[in-house]
Amino acid sequence: MPTYTMRVFRGDARRGDFREYHVETAEGMVVLDVIHRIQATQAHDLACRWNCKAGKCGSCSAEINGKPRLMCMTRMDTLAEGAPITVAPIRTFPLIRDLVTDVSYNYEKAKTVPPLRLKPPDPDGRYRMMQEDIDRIQEFHKCIECFLCQDVCHVIRDHDLKRQFAGPRFFIKIAALDMHPLDTRNRTEFAAREAGIGLCNITTCCTEVCPEGIHITDNGIIPMKERRADDYDPIVWLLRKFRGQRPEPA
Amino acid sequence: MSRVLSERRPPIAAAHLRTDAWWALPLAVVVVLSAFIVYSTWAALQNAHYFVPPYLSPFYSPCITESCLHLSFGVGLADFTFPVVGVLSPAFLILWGPGLFRLTCYYYRKAYYRSFWLAPVACAVRDVKSYTGETRFPLFLQNFHRYTWYLAVFFVVMLTWDAILAFRFPDGFGIGVGTLVMWVNVTLLAGYTFSCHSCRHVCGGHVDVFSEAETRYKVWRFLTRLNERHPMYAWLSLFSVGLTDLYIRLVSMGVIRDLRIL
Ligand code: SF4
Ligand code: SF4
Ligand code: FES
Ligand code: FES
Repeated sequence: MPTYTMRVFRGDARRGDFREYHVETAEGMVVLDVIHRIQATQAHDLACRWNCKAGKCGSCSAEINGKPRLMCMTRMDTLAEGAPITVAPIRTFPLIRDLVTDVSYNYEKAKTVPPLRLKPPDPDGRYRMMQEDIDRIQEFHKCIECFLCQDVCHVIRDHDLKRQFAGPRFFIKIAALDMHPLDTRNRTEFAAREAGIGLCNITTCCTEVCPEGIHITDNGIIPMKERRADDYDPIVWLLRKFRGQRPEPA
Repeated sequence: MSRVLSERRPPIAAAHLRTDAWWALPLAVVVVLSAFIVYSTWAALQNAHYFVPPYLSPFYSPCITESCLHLSFGVGLADFTFPVVGVLSPAFLILWGPGLFRLTCYYYRKAYYRSFWLAPVACAVRDVKSYTGETRFPLFLQNFHRYTWYLAVFFVVMLTWDAILAFRFPDGFGIGVGTLVMWVNVTLLAGYTFSCHSCRHVCGGHVDVFSEAETRYKVWRFLTRLNERHPMYAWLSLFSVGLTDLYIRLVSMGVIRDLRIL
């Protein structure tokens, strides 16, 4: 059975370093299994967060060989055996201990997004939506809030513009609400002024790391940038006057 | 929020911990884009060998000044003459159009922000420069990409016209290798232009209730499928436009002979 050298970050926000562990693996093991094995046999106090081991709870986010990934969805046999494998906490958020970070920035940002404001119901008191109206936004509902996209986004990670910038996870949330067939709010102003969508330079790292394969940039951010551009397009302005489309800003 | 902002991140000094060849792709983009810019500038400066009946190079279409070897609209504007430089190559009167379209394209923005601007050069590789994204002048203007798309559609129409004229040889109807080259080029350029994100938005993406806008929904679905291949069209059409010019140039210079198929 292959033996791997794992370099796992140990420590807290004040001090810490990578420590090496040698672990024998069995077929089908994922990085999270290896971390658990280290916990059980070599470092009982190694802190890591996890819940489902099925890529659905979004708890086990880490950086494996420098790439933001879910530990439970990264099979050991996809990693080269010879060289050491680094496992670091996600580096954009405050560290609690070892592999566990405090991701509350994301919950704070979630609270700022204006909620759905429904249209009046149909005459029989019901709401109706067609499948084609919600196909687009169902893609965004696959989000498991692992915050890997937030972790990798250089606007937050390297430039630390947390105050001005909501981040990719919330751009798809805003897009999902803006494209909602029953919603009456216009969120382009919010996306630009409060959520800072103009700070995104669409370099697509969020899309590259999303474990749910959500097309964050192509289907969420770029369409929101385009919706914002509508606010400045005289042709669209004329068409809207003519058709009487689009609700008032929130 | 303040508690969240007063943070203490993992004390890891390394700018990145990636072990793969993350620099290879940005490097390849720099090489390819630079080569294209050098070649197209050189070709535009030549002001010669861009027309050999019935083929017109895409770098010189539409050709609109008096001294054009092939006037696209039958009449020409007076030539622009500058001291030292002499007569301005007609290519410069039009290349800014497709140039701006590509410059502000969402996909090329990603490509050059990463490889030329290094912002960021690769995912999870540290970028230390000061950064304001696309919020300030001049990058704010990227948001007007849509207008350059309106222009690009005009160029696709012009190049389609040129490709139709490429069947009209001095001795009548015919098909040469050059005809095929021009058709492949215009097809790829149309693929690039109509897979554009702004196109997808303008033609249907702006709708919230698709079930009430059936035609726009159908158009949007079709454009979405094209849009998924936008990066591929971006590269293929870049190569094809350069190679079409090169082909016509070499035929016109007599270096190669254009084979007549029909
Ligand atoms: S595309 Fe925008 S939101 Fe996504 S990682 Fe890049 S800068 Fe951040
Ligand atoms: S969008 Fe993808 S990467 Fe971002 S939090 Fe949701 S699942 Fe994770
Ligand atoms: S443990 Fe739930 S996503 Fe990994
Ligand atoms: S041409 Fe690339 S997005 Fe418009």
